Amino acid sequence: MFYISIFFQYMSQYVKTKLQYRTDLLVEFLSDLMFQGVNLIFILVVFGHTQLLNGWTRDEIIFIYGFFLVPFSLFAAFFNIWDFNERYIVRGEMDRVLTRPVHSLFQIVLERMELESLLGGITGLIVMGYAVSRLHLSFHWYDVILFVLFVLGGTFVYAGIFISLASISFWSDARSSIMPMMYNIGNYGRYPVDIYNRVIRYVLTWVLPFAFVGVYPSAYFLRKTEWYTYSFLTPVMGIVCFTLSVLLWNAGVKRYRGAGN
Amino acid sequence: MGKYIEMIRMRFLMMLAYRTNYYSGIFIYSINIGAYYFLWSAIYGGQPSIQGMTVEQMTTYVAIAWMARAFYFNNIDREIAMEIREGKVAIELIRPYNYLIMKTMQGLGEGIFRLLFFSLPGMIIVTFVFSLQFTTNVHTWGYFALSTMLSFIINSQLNLIAGMVTFFTLNGEGLLRAKRFVIDLFSGLILPISFYPEWAQHIMHYLPFQAISYIPSMIFTESFTGDAVIKGMMFQAVWCVVLIVPIYVLWKAAKRKLIIQGG
Repeated sequence: MFYISIFFQYMSQYVKTKLQYRTDLLVEFLSDLMFQGVNLIFILVVFGHTQLLNGWTRDEIIFIYGFFLVPFSLFAAFFNIWDFNERYIVRGEMDRVLTRPVHSLFQIVLERMELESLLGGITGLIVMGYAVSRLHLSFHWYDVILFVLFVLGGTFVYAGIFISLASISFWSDARSSIMPMMYNIGNYGRYPVDIYNRVIRYVLTWVLPFAFVGVYPSAYFLRKTEWYTYSFLTPVMGIVCFTLSVLLWNAGVKRYRGAGN
Repeated sequence: MGKYIEMIRMRFLMMLAYRTNYYSGIFIYSINIGAYYFLWSAIYGGQPSIQGMTVEQMTTYVAIAWMARAFYFNNIDREIAMEIREGKVAIELIRPYNYLIMKTMQGLGEGIFRLLFFSLPGMIIVTFVFSLQFTTNVHTWGYFALSTMLSFIINSQLNLIAGMVTFFTLNGEGLLRAKRFVIDLFSGLILPISFYPEWAQHIMHYLPFQAISYIPSMIFTESFTGDAVIKGMMFQAVWCVVLIVPIYVLWKAAKRKLIIQGG
């Protein structure tokens, strides 16, 4: 209960600060939209020249992209820890966080949240809606529950990977330059994994399970029965990834010594 | 002239000091190229060619476009915006050089550094992993080198313009981000211009963006031959000259504006 009330307190503070600078907010919305637009235009232009991408149609690829945007926006809104090393370890901010009676990771999540990223999720829903209307998919009532589960699973996969990477900074002083690399690899999961070679497919499924953010869960809604096993693994992968990363984080916090005097 | 060459040298040495940051950068680029390699292979499927380009040409196009980007890409727009915000630009204006040329030269120093420590090793890795097609034609390499130099100039000019526009707007960050997406999309970095629908190609013909990535990459993959090479480079050269006008006008106006701000 305490955590929930803290969450809402941080959130209301956040909304207040953001509404202070409304033009900034608008500009951020627009540049997010442009970013999503670039990817969509890529898909649209490419399918002007081909009918199928390894057996997947244009609208199916668009659906996957739309789905991907939903967990990704949740991740971007709450797990904005790509610059954890510079922001918290190098500047010694971690000391301040650790003196407070709330779990350190939870505090950092709250401090760094960027709720405006959630708009990307709405864009994703619109993109999916467009694809669904062209694909004539039908849904059962329980698909809504599965959708929520898969979205949460994907979000936690993303979160798990990035929390683990952030935890590395407890051990080594390596710069966070591998973070942008991860964002790039994350994009791999937006396309059907069967277009890649075996090594990459294996990595995307079991090592850096980004495929569980886009293509695997989407395959269920697209009724690709051959992928169902992977689709239903999505929430499990989310829980496993997230749990492992939190354990790693806790181990790291124990080891943390502080940067300065 | 000597002082500008010194600028290039200094920026090069500065980058050299932080070179470890770049090793992971090579992997980022290789991964990007890898993703596009498989994506394009799947897009081609069985088709021998799309818009006159074979799948080998296409994958080589993507690889060379990203590697050339390491050379022409720079952050001088952000640097200018920051120097304005922090007021450093006032000191820069007193110094006995042209601020804009100095910035471009710093960008060039960075570019040369990335070309040697980033593009070349990256290219070697990528050619080992993927089957790419490199021409052995010396002329093509020569044209490509010249064309890439022109794309550096145009990209820097656009960066200078974007940097100076932040003189006049309060929020520079959004504008600079938007500029990056526009350049990624319309320069031909992620998609060759010839893949776009007719009407879009027509519009882009009147914009400078394709001079940045599309033209040099098409030259390198020999998708442009004969007249097309010369025409492409003419297109670049014309834009290099045309872009001087807005830079000059903006710089004049910006200097006036700066005095007001400085009080």
